[in-house]
Amino acid sequence: MSRPSLGLNLRTGRVEMVHGSGGRAMAELIDRLFAQAFDNEWLAQGNDQARFSLPPGRVVMATDSHVVSPLFFPGGDIGSLSVHGTINDITMSGARPCYLSAGFILEEGFPLADLKRIVDSMAAASKAAGVPIVTGDTKVVERGKGDGVFINTTGIGVVPEGLDLSGDKAQPGDAILLSGPIGDHGVTILSLRESLGFEADIQSDSQALHTLVAAMVEVVPQIRCMRDPTRGGLANTLNELAKQSGVGMQLFEKRIPVREPVRAACEFLGLDPLYVANEGKLIAICPQDRAEQLLETMRVHPQGREAAIIGRVIEDPHHFVQMETVFGGNRMVDWLNGELLPRIC
Amino acid sequence: MKYVDEFRDGDKARAIAGQIRVEADPARTYHLMEFCGGHTHAIFRYGIPGLLPDNVKLIHGPGCPVCVLPIGRLDMAVELARRPDLILCTYGDMLRVPGSGRVSLMKVRAEGTDVRMLYSPADAIRIAQQNPDRQVVFFAIGFETTTPPTALVLEQAKKLGLTNFSVFCNHVLTPAAMHAILNTPEADSGALQLDGFIGPAHVSTVIGSAPYEPFPEQYAKPVVIAGFEPLDVLQAILMLIRQLNDGRCEVENEFTRAVTREGNAKANALVARVFELRKSFEWRGLGAIPESALQIRADYAEFDAEKRFALTQLEGRENKACECPAILRGVKNPRDCTLFGDPCTPDNPLGSCMVSSEGACAAYYSYGRLSDSTKGESRIPAQEVSA
Repeated sequence: MSRPSLGLNLRTGRVEMVHGSGGRAMAELIDRLFAQAFDNEWLAQGNDQARFSLPPGRVVMATDSHVVSPLFFPGGDIGSLSVHGTINDITMSGARPCYLSAGFILEEGFPLADLKRIVDSMAAASKAAGVPIVTGDTKVVERGKGDGVFINTTGIGVVPEGLDLSGDKAQPGDAILLSGPIGDHGVTILSLRESLGFEADIQSDSQALHTLVAAMVEVVPQIRCMRDPTRGGLANTLNELAKQSGVGMQLFEKRIPVREPVRAACEFLGLDPLYVANEGKLIAICPQDRAEQLLETMRVHPQGREAAIIGRVIEDPHHFVQMETVFGGNRMVDWLNGELLPRIC
Repeated sequence: MKYVDEFRDGDKARAIAGQIRVEADPARTYHLMEFCGGHTHAIFRYGIPGLLPDNVKLIHGPGCPVCVLPIGRLDMAVELARRPDLILCTYGDMLRVPGSGRVSLMKVRAEGTDVRMLYSPADAIRIAQQNPDRQVVFFAIGFETTTPPTALVLEQAKKLGLTNFSVFCNHVLTPAAMHAILNTPEADSGALQLDGFIGPAHVSTVIGSAPYEPFPEQYAKPVVIAGFEPLDVLQAILMLIRQLNDGRCEVENEFTRAVTREGNAKANALVARVFELRKSFEWRGLGAIPESALQIRADYAEFDAEKRFALTQLEGRENKACECPAILRGVKNPRDCTLFGDPCTPDNPLGSCMVSSEGACAAYYSYGRLSDSTKGESRIPAQEVSA
């Protein structure tokens, strides 16, 4: 099966148009980079599609495209982020993630060493999560038509019997839980912007949450819904859930965990941490009488050590999310208005 | 966070709010204008109206830099941005303000022009150095707070001998706008109800408290300069109520940790070296106000975008139904505008006051609709209020 090498140099080489043309150069890139890194039985079949069976249960599918800039940041890179992001989208339904696909859009001239770093990071994230990347695609666009690399990942998972989580199931009286401090990812990305020139002692929270979710749904299968507050942050995600369920929400600012450097950076930049992106946190809504048990379960898991009950679902025909501020006043937490931040996921 | 959390303390807030309720005379109404958009934002973000008795009314002033810029000046920036090989740099909020025909800088950027958002004007210098073959224009807006940084980059550009950098200057002056508010036909006819001012925080760190002294003297309006933290605002409201109750009328300074009577002498000297008074400048809502804005001095003429590109003043087309002008004069409330909430929202702003988080309409929309829906009644279960 071995082909003669075309001289692909993963240390000093760059992406060329020929790497996306479908010919031998593309085959060599796939063999020596993607197949070696992702290495699994489905990819080894060498087909244009992956064939697999799934355990019984309802199948869920999610897709996510990643265009983060910069590509590398403290706590992760576009590769690990693209694996975590899709795993989290699947797992918020209570599902166990099973398989991933990966589509790459590469810009001509992109250093192959950087690409290798990204692919290795994806492979490590996928192996750590136990969710293999079983099929993929690579395209190359001309220099200036992309931004180094864009990655789309799609995932498939299976919901265990007895679970039925959905964003339309929140009910007045339910408790709202958050798995940990907000804003780490967004502030990390912002602090790297050339024009800001400040350093924050903080790193992205990018992580796959499926083991935390598995522990949560096992103990409290009555969880109504979960969602990861990515773009638009906690504020936007709660507004989405409030609208979907036709309810209002009452939050308590003093219970919402925010790390000190994140608070300071937000203060400096005039941002509200409620609207800053996260890539490794989740919101769960559950019946009030199971909230303490769910909180304990989350706090035992390393990804939920700083979990908190941050508010409750209330009746409200306007579907407003409101918050008692640390100052004692009550204010509305509206949807995010306009967005001037750089690409963050 | 040190020096921040102390000024957001809920217990102290309740204590001051309690004192306001005790001291506010139920037989009268107090109409207090917070001039500055930074205060408007803090007032809504921390839910201050809910802590005040009904007879203490806050009127939102014109101190929101993007709100008061007339459409014609924005149209001039749009025209600049459309010139070939030009990079237009400005602050984030400015990008979303709709100009004539609802063309914003954001829309112009989508057309393929090079419009960049800055956090600091110093970045505009760096962009000019990195792009020696292109003209770089900094679209400068704002009150006295943002003026010294613009002056600094003009001095720097001169020192560096940059030939591709210039500033489109739209810096305006706070005291001039306060005079204008008190001289409108509405003020003369009594339609403007205004008993005193909450004076700006950051602006006052630069200009000091002395420039406010004419307001008690000439117009019998007390001024209390306040910081931007919510406790500052509450304390300033209490101080204004006390002045009005005592029949006193003076400039008081709540923000003593940052504001002196003389202000920042170094910043003022820098501004004076680079800028001079404009004879007259058009303000949205307030019309042309004499000596209310700055222009670049002749010594720096080569860095004046209006001269370099021979810009001519444009006449902007206002949306006739938009109440921004009356809201900026303090005579209307955002809820009085028929466009408010539908179709004008922060995502689809028709007027400038709906763009910036410091604008009265955006603050009402993002934070204030709640109090409309609850009519002031808190629906927080009692046991959770101080949880």
